[in-house]
Amino acid sequence: MMSEAVKQDQAGMENKIVLDELDRKIVELTQSGLPLVSRPYDDISEQLGIDPSEVISRMKRMLDSGVIRRIAAVPNHYALGYKANGMTVWDVPDDKVNELGQKVGQLVFVSHCYHRPRFLPEWPYNLFAMVHAHNRDDARLLVDKIAEVIGSDDRGHDILFSTQILKKTGLRFNQ
Amino acid sequence: MNTLDRKIINLLQKGFPLSEQPYLEVAEQLGIEESELIHRLADLLEKKTLSRFGPMYDAQKLGGAFSLVAINVPEEEYDRVTEIVNSFSEVAHNYRRDHDLNMWFVLATDTPEKIHAVNSQIEKMTGLKVYNMPKLDEYYIGLNLPV
Repeated sequence: MMSEAVKQDQAGMENKIVLDELDRKIVELTQSGLPLVSRPYDDISEQLGIDPSEVISRMKRMLDSGVIRRIAAVPNHYALGYKANGMTVWDVPDDKVNELGQKVGQLVFVSHCYHRPRFLPEWPYNLFAMVHAHNRDDARLLVDKIAEVIGSDDRGHDILFSTQILKKTGLRFNQ
Repeated sequence: MNTLDRKIINLLQKGFPLSEQPYLEVAEQLGIEESELIHRLADLLEKKTLSRFGPMYDAQKLGGAFSLVAINVPEEEYDRVTEIVNSFSEVAHNYRRDHDLNMWFVLATDTPEKIHAVNSQIEKMTGLKVYNMPKLDEYYIGLNLPV
């Protein structure tokens, strides 16, 4: 079986997509948000001295290749009343983690779903799914729903609620 | 937040067009003026009901390296360890969680080697074991919270 370290490196290689300098400038100009003007892509193209259609076609390419996950509004879940943010963690058989991860990831209330390494004996969990609910009791109901999906492959699980934000700067890419 | 705001949030969580006048397109779907949509969006961002609006980049595909890291911090050392961990600019966010592993942070660096370098430095400075948990596979990222 492939070691997790090797797998990680290979995943990293598959993810390499070549972006030229203009693409990177577009990333830089849009990573904090899209201009709130009637023709937002014109606004970006003017700053770069290129045609607006070039901005749209380059962003389309990045969207198709997954460099841009999506163009959308991201709600502040605290402001919308989703105050219980739980990291649910699951110990599932390694040979089933992909199949189960895809099923769990499809649940509408799961915002992120990943396979991560275990640290035995103290950390047996290899599947992570973030859930957001109005309160902890509701979050625990979501855990039950995930448990139903995982069924008999659930060898143990837990939910870790965040109790304090110690730092939040977000990600910024320097060109 | 009024009904229109809710409609805007629910619709724009799903996506936004890549076209010459995308706000006009969305406003027509909502049956409102383009200027009203832009104004509502500005207001929702200003009030922080929306935390972001625009393209969501996959940081890893832009060439960076990332990891989720956890530490079991003894209660009496929590402030000291928080200060050390937060002092690294590579730490993008850091959360306290209710578990033996009670500190969870995300590292973002330009290369995978730097993830290991930062982790070793944190281990050395705190004297605590770090649990490095980079993603091995990703099944879903996205959030659709109905309001």
